[in-house]
Amino acid sequence: MFRSLIKRNEFLVAVTIIALVLYIGFRNPVFYTYSNIFDLLRSGTVVGIFAMGVLVVIVSGGIDVSFTAIAVFALYSTVKFMVTYAPDAPIWMAFVMASLIGLGLGMINAFFISKFHLPTLIVTLGTLSMFHGFLLFAIGNQIIRNKLPPSLTAFARTALVSIQMDRGIANLHPAIFITIVVAIFTWLLLDYTMLGRGIYALGGAREAAERAGFNINHIQYFIYGFVGLLSGIAGMTFGALNRQANPQDIVGTELNVIAAVVLGGATLTGGRGTVIGTILGVTLVVIANNSLILIGIPPVWQRVVIGIIILIGTGLPAIQERRAGKAMVGLADM
Amino acid sequence: MADEIIRLTGIHKSFAGVRALQDVDLTIERGKIHCLVGENGCGKSTLIKIIAGVYERDAGEMIINGTRYEKLTPIEAIREGIQVIYQDFSLFPNLTVAENIALNEELAEGRRFVNWRNVYRVAEDALAQIDVQLPLKARVEEMSVANKQLIAISKALRQNAQVIIMDEPTSALTEREVRALFSVIRKLEARGITFLFVSHKLNEVLEISEKIIVLRNGKNVSQGNRSEYDNRRLVREMTGHDITTKRYTYTPDKSSEPLLRVDGLSAKDLLYEISFDLYAGEIVGVTGLLGSGRTELALALFGTLSIDAGQISINGEPVKIKSIQDAIAHGIGYVPEDRLTEGLFLERSIGNNVVVRIIDRLRGTLGFTDPRRVNAQIDHWVNALSIKTSDPSLPAKTLSGGNQQRVVLAKWLASEPNLLIMNGPTIGVDIGSKDELHEMMKTLAGQGMGLLVISDDIPELLATCNRILLMRHGRIVEEIQPAQTNENELAAKLIEE
Repeated sequence: MFRSLIKRNEFLVAVTIIALVLYIGFRNPVFYTYSNIFDLLRSGTVVGIFAMGVLVVIVSGGIDVSFTAIAVFALYSTVKFMVTYAPDAPIWMAFVMASLIGLGLGMINAFFISKFHLPTLIVTLGTLSMFHGFLLFAIGNQIIRNKLPPSLTAFARTALVSIQMDRGIANLHPAIFITIVVAIFTWLLLDYTMLGRGIYALGGAREAAERAGFNINHIQYFIYGFVGLLSGIAGMTFGALNRQANPQDIVGTELNVIAAVVLGGATLTGGRGTVIGTILGVTLVVIANNSLILIGIPPVWQRVVIGIIILIGTGLPAIQERRAGKAMVGLADM
Repeated sequence: MADEIIRLTGIHKSFAGVRALQDVDLTIERGKIHCLVGENGCGKSTLIKIIAGVYERDAGEMIINGTRYEKLTPIEAIREGIQVIYQDFSLFPNLTVAENIALNEELAEGRRFVNWRNVYRVAEDALAQIDVQLPLKARVEEMSVANKQLIAISKALRQNAQVIIMDEPTSALTEREVRALFSVIRKLEARGITFLFVSHKLNEVLEISEKIIVLRNGKNVSQGNRSEYDNRRLVREMTGHDITTKRYTYTPDKSSEPLLRVDGLSAKDLLYEISFDLYAGEIVGVTGLLGSGRTELALALFGTLSIDAGQISINGEPVKIKSIQDAIAHGIGYVPEDRLTEGLFLERSIGNNVVVRIIDRLRGTLGFTDPRRVNAQIDHWVNALSIKTSDPSLPAKTLSGGNQQRVVLAKWLASEPNLLIMNGPTIGVDIGSKDELHEMMKTLAGQGMGLLVISDDIPELLATCNRILLMRHGRIVEEIQPAQTNENELAAKLIEE
């Protein structure tokens, strides 16, 4: 039981997180304050939503790098639309609109991937540029900050929990619930629906999945549509938390999210990855991104440290697997 | 009148003008084990796919369970209880054993949600039907080939299989696993399940089948009861001519230095105290079961398995072989078992594959390769090994198994090795080609090359080797003279503990 536990990637990541938390907390007790913990949750909110979408794509054996462009496209278009035509629209309208825009853009990815059987990386690299370029060129390139719709500003100010600290107030933003709901939904989808099992099947052996009777086209439309929809939600959440719609935001953080998912045990070759692992991967990346400064590692070095974590975190299991594989080859008398 | 479950008459099928099947008849009787035999490219796979509803026939009649089908879809075939187990098993390596068994059923029932308790119940049930126990929660990728096959069979049974069609089921199995598979099949036969095997391993065909169907070049040759066939007849009908195997006898001149001397070679947990000599002109067989160390021995000689103790000498000179480069420098060549991944660049041209090892020697002025010399080499080897291709610039993957193996051989022969290690020299090669490859091996030995043949194909060992070394648990336990044994005796020794 324990042996199979320590072999799991999740275990390795969890141990790393615990070690990191203990160490950072030991060196700088500020880490354990409510304001820091709430900050971490806030930082993990958007990455967490993105990561669930990316997990689903990676499990299916594909990759999507266009989700950041979809997010910012959905965010900026929605805010601009609201500012211009419906400044009094409620916040849920904003989320619905952003989700639908995201879904639509995701469908464009799905169309190219399933219709022309193009490699997913190529398609989404193309659409990443295309979506972002189109946004800047046709929709707008000015930051919207001052005349945000009031519903958005109000949402930004809400707090689930407010705790009075020595200096100021520590607020926990309810947006973390969006991430939690998305994660639970993704977990149920992947583990308890035939569609989810079809996504694993597709990532494990495409031809066998076809023979078994899975409709690969439908599954692919679902996957890229789902990523698009989550990206729309994530983009809107990002804008709400930051109280601005900047068309230059978000794009460029793709690899951060993909790294978190891969750290959590999803393999880029497909067929593998869990929601729990992804949550752990996101946690690790968020802590590394936000808290290393607490122990005196300057921000420029954080990227180096994250790089090292990714190399070790994904390299170790790969080496272990290769060792195990070699042993198998010996036994199988290859 | 026998109870016919499938009856095909006058089946024709062409692909882009090329005749694959011509006027083929096939009758499958309920509860019997049938074997469909024929060389690669004779139309076996096409015929199976027609029965499975994957291909549509051009002409002919098809009756399944008394129903005449004008056009059969894969779903209809499955509803009629026809299940095909392809060579890749159509399993999902990343999913558990249980899920692999139950998934198709869940899909067929049109479920939207997974009932995990049901998945485990179905899987347990399915494995119990064939009296097999496997860890239900283990991933399929951790299973051996034989276990994957059992998983595929139980999956088929769960879908109400009446007829199970297996494409080359034994090609990746060891002797003992073949036994285990056969006993499962006999058990299922006793319960009324019908089997159609596609195979070119004649001994197995003769052992397991009750009905034999022979195809050649897309046409029926014969169809009948097992008792009407023997090895000779099968070979003649499959290839169209008689193949008589001549044994290879050779007595080396032991006064000279051996080409290869291995003395006390050991590798932790894999090889123990391996010692033998191999003289120029000899073909020495190495055989043994899974994990007996036969492949490890080859790898140690080729520098890819590090050794802990022992001495290797070439022509009397002690040498150290620590890498493939060392092995090549000492004139050792290695034809791997898995030519698809280790022996060939499948996407590159046949010609490029032939000259890849000697490209350095084909340089002209200025250090660029000289196309005339390259082409001369390619032509020479394509002719010498009679590689059947219309154009050597086609990718290697366009060739049949036997011809691919010739390309691998040509690649090594071009570099003029003194010692050639061949691991499973004719795996996946059909019988006509196999015989020609065996003759080539004998010719090479006759020219003074030493050959070390690693194989568990007993007829092959007896047909090619002048000595056979039997390995068990990493040791050489016996040296066998082919002239003093026969297939049955050697087979018994092979599986002995």
